[in-house]
Amino acid sequence: MTWAPATDNDKTEMLAAIGVSSIDDLFDTIPEDLRAKSWDLPGGLSEMAVRDELEAIAATNRSDLVCFLGGGAYDHFTPAAVDALTSRGEFSTAYTPYQPECAQGTLQSIYEYQSAVCRLTDMEFANASLYDGGTAVFEAATMSIRITDRDRVVCHDSLNPVYRRMLDTHTANLGLDLIDGSDPEGAACVIVQNPSFIGTAEDFSALADQCHAAGALLVVVCYPVSLGLLKTPGEMGADIAIAEGQSLGIPLGFGGPWLGIMATLKKHVRKMPGRIGAMTEDDEGRRGFVLTLQAREQHIRRVKALSNICSNEALCALRALIYMCLLGAEGFRDVARHCHSKAEYLKSQLTWAEVLNVGTTFNEFAVRLPKPADAVVTEMMGRGFLAGLPMESVGIGGANDLLIAVTERRTRAQLDEFAEVLEEVSCR
Amino acid sequence: MHPTDRKYTREHEWALDDGTTCTVGITAFAAEQLGDVTYVELPTAGKSVNAGDAVTTVESVKAASDVYSPIAGTISEVNQALEDRPELVNESPQGEGWFFKITGYNTDGLNALMDAAAYEQYLGELDA
Repeated sequence: MTWAPATDNDKTEMLAAIGVSSIDDLFDTIPEDLRAKSWDLPGGLSEMAVRDELEAIAATNRSDLVCFLGGGAYDHFTPAAVDALTSRGEFSTAYTPYQPECAQGTLQSIYEYQSAVCRLTDMEFANASLYDGGTAVFEAATMSIRITDRDRVVCHDSLNPVYRRMLDTHTANLGLDLIDGSDPEGAACVIVQNPSFIGTAEDFSALADQCHAAGALLVVVCYPVSLGLLKTPGEMGADIAIAEGQSLGIPLGFGGPWLGIMATLKKHVRKMPGRIGAMTEDDEGRRGFVLTLQAREQHIRRVKALSNICSNEALCALRALIYMCLLGAEGFRDVARHCHSKAEYLKSQLTWAEVLNVGTTFNEFAVRLPKPADAVVTEMMGRGFLAGLPMESVGIGGANDLLIAVTERRTRAQLDEFAEVLEEVSCR
Repeated sequence: MHPTDRKYTREHEWALDDGTTCTVGITAFAAEQLGDVTYVELPTAGKSVNAGDAVTTVESVKAASDVYSPIAGTISEVNQALEDRPELVNESPQGEGWFFKITGYNTDGLNALMDAAAYEQYLGELDA
């Protein structure tokens, strides 16, 4: 079948068939004042001129800064093989193909990604992925509500404040009882994050028991790289494990596209939103891959679907899969160990600053500076460093509080220089 | 095909009244239309329901469909066997493949439903 654009005649006929007189009439339900008055687009340019303009814009980015910024996204190293393999034409398609007749490779990669996520988190079933960590929090909350038939969601203070705000936005019109704390009584779930937003590692096993005794679920937001060292959501007794998957070989990319990881236990799998890849056999007994448990999904039943806003970040999931496969269990432990020990080293060099964490930290920690953190961060950029996240900017600390993250990419020399310059800028 | 000892709804549930308990399932016609049933989401016992409430969902290889309560009352029991053997819905839709039982109902609600002959006639109209 050839593709031809609709001609003016075609459009007139189609409009007549549905009984409207113009294309604008189709947008009648949108209030006048919410409709675009003008798109205000500039005139066309040549390819050469567009390239010059885009390159000039790109040149204003600072890619030379040594990064100590975290707060949910991290400057990890990505092996070149991740880019090389994911940019193959078979994978880089505009839309993820799921038809088993033509997409065995894609479906197999989804199945392998899910298997890797299950091994990483010690959970039993993973979906093919969600948009990002924040939307995964929302999906885990509504999933818990479906499982328990309760409408209270409890957010622990370890949770990323940005995720907390996203949860507010997503649930604004759902009439839920969204509260802060850790009391599972009468709740659908308690949502915790490990390490906490400010980097403190905690074992939530006891809370898992309390949740289960109260008929609530425990949702654990984890940092995938940290699982090379820390207790996994499965080991703690989590019912749902979720994560931002950016740290698994996905570029920071100004905030996305990233990867929402979600895994659960077998007993909850039918309440888990999203696509799920599965391995099966065809008529002749050959191994094959398909999507399964589709009846939960929006293309089968729109109104009763488990989620009408979720999708699969297939290419990002593929990056995460390749990253996990390249590292293996041992490599994963190595990366986690490097992150942790380098952060500990930096902490030991910042003796003049007050560390705000109580307990063990993984690769991120909060310090109280003698000066406002945003001024320090600005000055540090002039000295070649992205010094961290001023905590007041996300509403969880004072003006002088700075959140510092250290990944395996930081060298001893960078850590030493950073400690020295930060002291100079902060204490002078 | 559809036994005369019970009542039927337009949504293809049957309701069998024994005086104190009313057993609910889906009709042989519905089971056939659905195709192989792969999962039944069971309701919670103890829940009170109104007539017409969607109380459970049945998933088949073809579709997912709601099962509605034919009458108002309290769900007193659910068919746990369907958890591991959803195929009972296909094998014995009007027997072992029942979904849930209701107590504390008013028989007026039952009288408003179709008898087997009326249901068969209704199916005939659907076909036409």
